[in-house]
Amino acid sequence: MKPRHKRALIIIAALAVIGIAALLILNALNSNIALYVTPSEVAAGKAPKGQAFRIGGMVKDGSLRRDGLTVHFVITDLVKDIPVAYTGILPDLFKEGKGAVIQGRMDAQGEFIASEVLAKHDENYMPPEAKHALEQAQKNGNNNGNNNGSNK
Amino acid sequence: MIPEFGQYALILALCVACIQGVLPLIGAHQGRREWLVLARPAAQTVFFLLAIAFGILTWSFYINDFSVLYVAEHSNSQLPIIYRLGAVWGGHEGSLLLWIFLLSTWTILVAQLSKALDEFMVARVIGVLGLVSSGLLLFVLTTSNPFTRLLPAAPDGRSLNPLLQDPGLVFHPPMLYMGYVGFSVAFAFAIASLLSGRLDAAWARWSRPWTTAAWVFLTLGIALGSWWAYYKLGWGGWWFWDPVENASFIPWLVGTALLHSLAVTEKRGGFKSWTVLLAITAFSLSLLGTFLVRSGVLTSVHAFATDPRRGVFILIFLVLVVGSSLALYAWRAPKSTMGGKFSLSSRETFILLGNVFLVTSAGSVLLGTLYPLLIDALHLGKISVGPPYFNSVFVPIMIPLLVLMGIGPWTNWKNTNLLTVIKRLWLAGLVALLAAILIPLMMGEFTWLAGIGFLLAFWVIASGCLQIVRQAKVGKPTRSFIGMQLAHLGIAIFVIGVTMVGAYQEEKDVRMLAGETVSVGGYQIQLQGVNKVPGPNYEAMRGTFLLSKNGQPQATMYPEKRNYFSSTMPMTEAAIDTSLTRDIYVSLGEELGDTSWAVRVYYKPFVDWIWGGCLFMALGGILAISDKRYRIKLKKLAT
Repeated sequence: MKPRHKRALIIIAALAVIGIAALLILNALNSNIALYVTPSEVAAGKAPKGQAFRIGGMVKDGSLRRDGLTVHFVITDLVKDIPVAYTGILPDLFKEGKGAVIQGRMDAQGEFIASEVLAKHDENYMPPEAKHALEQAQKNGNNNGNNNGSNK
Repeated sequence: MIPEFGQYALILALCVACIQGVLPLIGAHQGRREWLVLARPAAQTVFFLLAIAFGILTWSFYINDFSVLYVAEHSNSQLPIIYRLGAVWGGHEGSLLLWIFLLSTWTILVAQLSKALDEFMVARVIGVLGLVSSGLLLFVLTTSNPFTRLLPAAPDGRSLNPLLQDPGLVFHPPMLYMGYVGFSVAFAFAIASLLSGRLDAAWARWSRPWTTAAWVFLTLGIALGSWWAYYKLGWGGWWFWDPVENASFIPWLVGTALLHSLAVTEKRGGFKSWTVLLAITAFSLSLLGTFLVRSGVLTSVHAFATDPRRGVFILIFLVLVVGSSLALYAWRAPKSTMGGKFSLSSRETFILLGNVFLVTSAGSVLLGTLYPLLIDALHLGKISVGPPYFNSVFVPIMIPLLVLMGIGPWTNWKNTNLLTVIKRLWLAGLVALLAAILIPLMMGEFTWLAGIGFLLAFWVIASGCLQIVRQAKVGKPTRSFIGMQLAHLGIAIFVIGVTMVGAYQEEKDVRMLAGETVSVGGYQIQLQGVNKVPGPNYEAMRGTFLLSKNGQPQATMYPEKRNYFSSTMPMTEAAIDTSLTRDIYVSLGEELGDTSWAVRVYYKPFVDWIWGGCLFMALGGILAISDKRYRIKLKKLAT
C-alpha cells in the first residue's frame, strides 16, 4: 500500500471514531440533560412534560413530614410552593429552611416525585440553582407581571 | 512576625522564579553560558524559599495562629493535630501553595537528575518550569495570599469542613497534585525541544520516565479520591462523574495517550508532533482542572463574581500558556507527521488507534463537564449533565479500546502479520468467551453489560498471560515489559470490579428498629442498638450492627452519625466490612422517631478491585520507570 493511501486510511479510521463518538454524545446529551426549573416556572406550567428535570429552591420551614421511609416536604422560591415526595435517605445537609436541588418528575396529582435530592458539601453554601430561583422569584414579584419576559 | 516571613519568602521566590524563567531561556537562545548556568541554582533557591513558605504556613496551623485569616477559616483549636496539618491544603490558598511547592519539587528533581543531559536542554526545561512557577506565584501573591492577616486575631478558628476531617485529606490532594503538576515536566520538555528544534528520540527517552512518574501519581491520586468518596461521603458510590472528579480524570486520559505516544517517539522516532501536542494538552488540562476546581467556576459561572480578579487572572494565565505553546507548536513543529515508515498492521497503528480512542473519550468528558458552564455563561438556561450522559458516551468508547489492548502488545513495530497474532490469541478469545458466559451464570444472572465487561477484562488478562509465558520462554523479560503487562492487568482488574458492582450490587434503604434484621446479598444484618458516644471534637450516634451469613456471625459494624461542635451539619460515617470478594456497607440515616432509624445497606461485590486495579497500574508505571535502559543510557551519556 502506498504511504498516501495508508495515511488516508488512518485518517478515515480516526474520523470514524470521532464521528461515532459525536453521535453518541449528541444522542446522550439529548436524553440525559436535566433542565433546572424554578418553583414559579413549575407552577406556571413551564416544566418539561414527561421528562425528568431539576428544581432548585428552599425547603419550606415546617413542611417536612415523614411517612416511614418516604418524606414529604415543600420546595419553594418564597412565591410558589411545590410539594415533593422522596423515598430514601436524605443527604446530611438537607434541612428545613436551607437550599436544596431535587431531580425527578411531576406525577398526575401535581406532586413532584424526587429520584434524587442534592444538598451540597457545605452548610454555609446555598446551591446556586436554589439561589437563582429565589432571585428570579423576587424579581418577578417586583415587576409584578408587567414585564414577564424580562428575566429570561 | 513569622507569617510575614512566609509572605516575604513567597515574594522572593517570585523574583527568583522570574530569573529562572527568563535568563536561562535567553541564555540558551543566544548561547550565553553565564546565563545558562543560572538555571540550576535559581531552581534550587525557589525550592528552598517555597519550602520555607510552606513550612511557615504549616507551622501557623500547628500553633493555631488564628491571626492568619486562612488558618482561622480552615482550622480550630479542637481539631486533631493530623487534620490541622492536612488543613494546610484544605482550602483554596493553601492548596495553590501546595501546587507551587510541588512544582518546584519537580523542578529541582529534574535539575538534580538530569546532569547527563546537555546544558542547553536542561536550561530550557528549567526555564519553562520557571515561567510556569512565576505565573502561579504571581497569582497566589495577588489574589490568593495564604498569609493574609486577620486583625484582631479570631479567638478560635471556624474549623475544617467535617467532610475533610479524614486521613484521605492528608494523602489525596498531595498525590493528585503531584500528578497534575508532574505533567508540567513533560510540557517543559516538549516546549524546550520545540525551542531548540531537537525533537528526537533522545528527547522522548528523557521525558518518558518523567511522564510515567506523573501518571503514576495521578493514577494513585484519583484512586485515593474515589476511595475516599466511597467510604466517607456515605453514598456508597465510587465515581460520580462530578465535575471535580472529571477535572482530574481528563488529564489522566490524555496523559495515558501521551505515555503510549512517547513510546512510539522513543522507539521509532514517529508521531513527534502528535506527542508534543499531547504533552501540551495534558498540562493545559491539568491547569484547567486545577482552576476549574479552585476558582469556584464549577459551583456557578457567576461565582467568579465573588472574586473577579481570580477568575480573570486564571483565564489570562490559561490563555497565555495554551496560546503561546500552541503558537510555538504551529511555528516549530516538524512537518512530517508520521515519522518512520510503518504498515497498517503494526504496533504504531495500534498505539495510534488507542490514542484516538483515549483522546476522544477525554474530549467527550470535557464536553460534558464544560457544557453546563457554557450554556449558563451564554444565559441559555441552567442545565445539569449527569452520570447517564457520561456512562452512555464514555463506556462505548472504552469497549474497542479494551479489544485493542489485547492485540496491541502482540504486534511488532513497523509490520506485523496479523494472522499469526490471531493464531496465537485464539486461546485468549476462548477464555474470555467462557468467562463472559460462566461468571454471570455463577453470579446468578446473565446481563449483556456483565457479559461484555467480563469478556473484555478476561480478554486482556488472558492475552497478557499468554504473552508473559511466551516472553519468559524467549528470555528474561525487561522491567518495562513487565510494567506494561502489570498496568494492562490493572485495567482488567478495574473493569472486573466495575462490572461486578454495576451488575450485581444490591442496595436497600430500610427503616429498622433495634433487633430487626435486613438481608442483602446473602448476608443478614441485625441492628442491635444505637448509642450516643463522644469523639474528640464531635458527638456521635453509633449504631451496632451484627453481620452474619447463614446464621454464622461474621463481624460487628459501627456506622455513626456525627455532630461536630464547630458546625451544625451532621456527618454520616459509614461502616464497611471489606473482603476480597465483597464489601458490606452500612450507613445510618436519620432517626425516624419511635426509636426507629433509617438505614442504608449495600452489598458490593468485588468493589475493592476497582482501587486494586489502579494500584496495579501504578505499580506497572513504577516498574517501567525503573527499567534498566534509562539507567544505562544515563551512564553512557554521562561519560
